[in-house]
Amino acid sequence: MTPDLVLTLPPFGHAQADKESWLRDGLAALTAHHRAACPAYDRWVGAMFPGAGASGRVADQPWLPVGVFKTHMLSSVPERDVVRILASSGTSGQAPSRVPLDAVTAARQARALSGIMPAVLGRRRLPMLIIDNEDSIASGAALSARGAGILGMMPFGRHHAFALDRDLSLRREAVDGFLDRWGGEPFLVFGFTFMVWTHLPPAMAERKAALANAILVHGGGWKALAGQGVDNDVFKAVLRRDAGLERAVSFYGMAEQVGSVFLEGDDGLLHAPAAADVIIRDPRTWDEVPVGVPGVIQVVSLLPTSYPGHSILTEDMGVIETVDRGEWKGKAFRVLGRVPRAEPRGCSDALAAGGGR
Amino acid sequence: MSTLDTIRTLFRQSFDLEDGADVDDLAYRAIPGWDSVGHMRLIAALETEFDLMLETDDVLDMSSFAKAREILGKYGVAV
Repeated sequence: MTPDLVLTLPPFGHAQADKESWLRDGLAALTAHHRAACPAYDRWVGAMFPGAGASGRVADQPWLPVGVFKTHMLSSVPERDVVRILASSGTSGQAPSRVPLDAVTAARQARALSGIMPAVLGRRRLPMLIIDNEDSIASGAALSARGAGILGMMPFGRHHAFALDRDLSLRREAVDGFLDRWGGEPFLVFGFTFMVWTHLPPAMAERKAALANAILVHGGGWKALAGQGVDNDVFKAVLRRDAGLERAVSFYGMAEQVGSVFLEGDDGLLHAPAAADVIIRDPRTWDEVPVGVPGVIQVVSLLPTSYPGHSILTEDMGVIETVDRGEWKGKAFRVLGRVPRAEPRGCSDALAAGGGR
Repeated sequence: MSTLDTIRTLFRQSFDLEDGADVDDLAYRAIPGWDSVGHMRLIAALETEFDLMLETDDVLDMSSFAKAREILGKYGVAV
């Protein structure tokens, strides 16, 4: 099954064995494609995963540590085909990741997202309140991960309103105007988890009933909250108490794999869509660990053809809680926080000779 | 003004083009103004002008002027 065919499937509900059958073939084909098109990637795979591709298992596919996208611009297309470079904000002063998108990959990412989001939003585009400022999507050469996330979600909404000003102060009139006009019907509230946590409760303190019809979709950057002891359960409870929010759905995703969005299901756990999956690895041996054992999250995706980002070892810790349980079958997982340092040795050496392409 | 001219005007306004600029051959991302932000501006303008609500897939599929005409036709906008 080709990646484009996988995108026509329902995003959730597939048994793990079925998913692995198309992920295995698709990922192997992507590895071959990127090895042929991106010399630096080919060197990395040759050095770190000798004999890769022979095995039929998804978990045996080569992976790249996510940090590589900070140090190298890895591209599998000619420069003239690049329509946009995504730049994600680096953690604590590090360089940002840079990911080149061609028209094909960008369109595939958008289509993947349009298959996934109706699972929580329905087919109707909802009035959309964005807990951020409009500058985050300002046109420019490089887009931040936050801006890219907002732009990616905007087609699912209409009558968009930005809740914050440039200095991140509340736009009281804009928020009240939005709620007065659209609060009587289902509407979408979207933002990054930390932004929502910081700005939504004070904004709603005086009018908690106004979010009765809201569905919040939020994700990205639990690091700051985990430091305060805030997990998803605490987040939901506090937002319900202080902002009157009844429905919140979190997602997990990253700029290096836009369009691969892992969505929270009714079980409160994150679920991989049909074209993506997670693998949890032991941070000492990099072996896959069993269900229930925490480790480093690897994300795989059938979407990227313009850069070798189809199999990425993240810098997040996570744990798979269940497999094939409940309506959304497949793996259900939880993100536990960041790993201190996840870059295997030899990485820079293998990629270095000859730059990105 | 004909419906077609109205659509042309909305394209120019959404992408900050001059009056009279030829938009019939425009495609998404072919000009700086038609980026993701300009795209949402265009969608909002079309929805307001013709009092309709496009489905998400149509929002994503509207990748050229010609495609916009086709999609609007589906919603009963005679062009």
